[in-house]
Amino acid sequence: MNRFADHRPAAHRWNARRRRLVWILAVFGCFGVAVALIVNATRNNLVFFYSPTQVAERQAPYGRTFRIGGLVQMGSLHHEGDGVDIRFVVTDTAHSIPVVYHGVLPDMFEQGKGVVAQGRLGANGVFQADQVLAKHDADYMPPDAASALQAARATKSNAVARGGGG
Amino acid sequence: MIPELGHFCLIVALLVALVQAFYGLVGAQRGVAAWIGAVRAAARTQALFAILAFAALAFSFYRNDFSVLYVAQNSYSGMPWYYRIAAVWGDHEGSMLLWITTLGLWTLAVTFFSRRLPDEMVARVLGVLGLVSFGFLAFTLFTSDPFVRILPAPSEGNGLNSLLQDPGMASHPPMLYMGYVGFSVAYAFAMAALLAGRLDSAWARWTRPWTTAAWAFLTLGIVLGSWWAYTVLGWGGWWFWDPVENASFMPWLAGAALIHSLAVTEKRGAFRSWTALLAIITFSLSLIGTFLVRSGVLSSVHAFAVAPRRGIYILTFLVVVIGASLLLYAWRAPRVGMGGRFAVVSREAMLLVNNVVFITATGAVLLGTLYPLIMQALNLGKITVGAPYFNAVFAPVIAPVLFLIGVGPIARWKQETVLTLAQRLKWAALVAVIAGLLFPFAMGRWKPLVALGLIAAAWILASGWVNFRRRIALQGASGMGWRRFRVPRAYAGMLIAHAGVGIFVFGLTLVSAYSVEHDVKLAPGDTTMLAGYALRFEGTRPASGPDYTAQRGTIVVSRNGRAVTTLHPEKRVYIATGTPVTTAAISYGLRGDVYAALGDDVGNGAWTARLYHKPFVEWMWLGWVVMAIGGFIAISDKRYRIRVKAHVATALSPAPNPRPAPQPRAVGLHEGSAT
Repeated sequence: MNRFADHRPAAHRWNARRRRLVWILAVFGCFGVAVALIVNATRNNLVFFYSPTQVAERQAPYGRTFRIGGLVQMGSLHHEGDGVDIRFVVTDTAHSIPVVYHGVLPDMFEQGKGVVAQGRLGANGVFQADQVLAKHDADYMPPDAASALQAARATKSNAVARGGGG
Repeated sequence: MIPELGHFCLIVALLVALVQAFYGLVGAQRGVAAWIGAVRAAARTQALFAILAFAALAFSFYRNDFSVLYVAQNSYSGMPWYYRIAAVWGDHEGSMLLWITTLGLWTLAVTFFSRRLPDEMVARVLGVLGLVSFGFLAFTLFTSDPFVRILPAPSEGNGLNSLLQDPGMASHPPMLYMGYVGFSVAYAFAMAALLAGRLDSAWARWTRPWTTAAWAFLTLGIVLGSWWAYTVLGWGGWWFWDPVENASFMPWLAGAALIHSLAVTEKRGAFRSWTALLAIITFSLSLIGTFLVRSGVLSSVHAFAVAPRRGIYILTFLVVVIGASLLLYAWRAPRVGMGGRFAVVSREAMLLVNNVVFITATGAVLLGTLYPLIMQALNLGKITVGAPYFNAVFAPVIAPVLFLIGVGPIARWKQETVLTLAQRLKWAALVAVIAGLLFPFAMGRWKPLVALGLIAAAWILASGWVNFRRRIALQGASGMGWRRFRVPRAYAGMLIAHAGVGIFVFGLTLVSAYSVEHDVKLAPGDTTMLAGYALRFEGTRPASGPDYTAQRGTIVVSRNGRAVTTLHPEKRVYIATGTPVTTAAISYGLRGDVYAALGDDVGNGAWTARLYHKPFVEWMWLGWVVMAIGGFIAISDKRYRIRVKAHVATALSPAPNPRPAPQPRAVGLHEGSAT
């Protein structure tokens, strides 16, 4: 089976050590690129969660995407003239934040129920959401929203959400 | 009575699994022929009882036996029978039973399709599978028993989460589990080979069809899930990098790496230890995926606190399985040789890069999935790692593979020159670049990233065609007409699966770049323009289904004044659970989908709505289905059914191969390691 034979002069052949070195460098190079990408991506794309109380205490960053969670305050939901500009208020019963959102709300969005919104905090203190999450079934509460409520009224046990879900 | 029988079947299966593991592993180790001979029977018995237990639970669902707690929690008599059956895997306990049953099916398959393997090997494989079955059966019986009764029995059940009442629920989880669990066979083969100290080409050859089958099932499972998300859950999205999705994607990536690594091990005898390690990694990721999704840890670490016994069992099980496998690997793997050498430019080298890339990508996904859990567990704040992270990391990492798909299969084993490759592929490259640069003009706007994506897609397809043509030419005109195009199925499957990647990249590029999404308010009579389509809303009417009531909208879609179709999006409320569900209406087409979903009733018959145009979105799923088809074609290749003795003969002397192939693919292991 001479089709597999190495026809190049012996001097040009890679000896085993050098070849192994090339492979190891290549593998490490690949991992290095991956790590660089991951570090870069985590720096820009991690989304932190804050409760309305934390936002009121100015712990949340301005001009950066983060998530807030809590209950949709009863009676706070308003559709603007075009129907898809929406205002509501998220509360953890201690503090509340006005939220504006352009789009269609998810099925499970309901006043008095748990919600998580992702977006940025405007200078006027209004949270501009580009994503509103209220997943799963009726008695499920997003865990983030639940923990915000829990923190706000640690004494009342009825706010504790059921974990799990789908 | 039936649930008790089911419970009893589970206990029997648990005990028989122990027997199966003992006979298989100890029998093979000590060389006790009687024990080895009994393993097949034990495995079949175990599988049978597992399937019976599943049937008992399914029957309880079918009969609306709400005295079974799990049935009462997840079903409701008003649901159609097929969703009552699908509700079996609607929650944790039933999912575990589905896992066990699927493992039973795979075990049965191993007992039937292993006649050509040495008895000792089969005994070890079934022994390892017996241990895995035992672990899952014990977990189910002691922490997640689905047959627990509730007294007094409620007259009606809670109903299944209404989002789950969908054909997707009936097909997606079983298919996904076929994939997850199928990797346990690849794992069992690797463990058996490590135990026997024989990680060789024969082992790789036996493992290949099982691995490819599992991977193809997993591919279909992922497609079904993505499709389901698109039509029901996702408001037009098809992949969210949600932890639950990642849990299925990680074993898929590792499995893809394993398939390629197995090819090298079989053909060239190289990468043996690495292949065994990959089999362990793939199966471990399947286990982690199953448990992550079903234990509820993903939504919150504190879900463990809800059922601490379950959590501790899961962690222990994972540590034992992964730890023991790696220990065995560390103990045994170094004994086996490195296999044939290869140059920096060779098919092996490219497959190695493939593996590095796939494993790097898997690691990146794993990190993004677990990072929030780790942060939360360490009390470092609550964070979300969303799609932007995964897109930013995954796309550049995986990109080299898209290029190598074209080059690898056409490169020779062991030694290749860049010049030869360039000559063979120059036309494919030229066609790809021209097609990629020109096609975006047809879409209206030219974008550099779109051109890049399309060049990759066209490159994969064109180089596949070049490869095929070359193969035919090398085979010579051995027949007339269509017979000329007959190639081995494993080769055809490989080309088809790779073409599937090309089709997927094509769809992905176009739908990512040219989707149009409008969130609007629609009053009856309103017309909205969407990517050249005119959508006229005619209002909504009440409607009802077997277990829901709905508002049913009517949207007439036309293009250039001609009616195209009429869409009926619905807003349903399920009676049992009272939950609202948006059912989108989609007009499917190869050139793109028109998608409409109702939002909220904003008074005076007006609704908010999501109206999307998704160009070429169907091609993505088509690509994945083609990949799976390629996998299934590959496993039907004759050479996986060659008798062991015949295989040994071909390996020793290359001449009497039943299908003489001009390519160096028939090289046996001895030749490979003889350099």
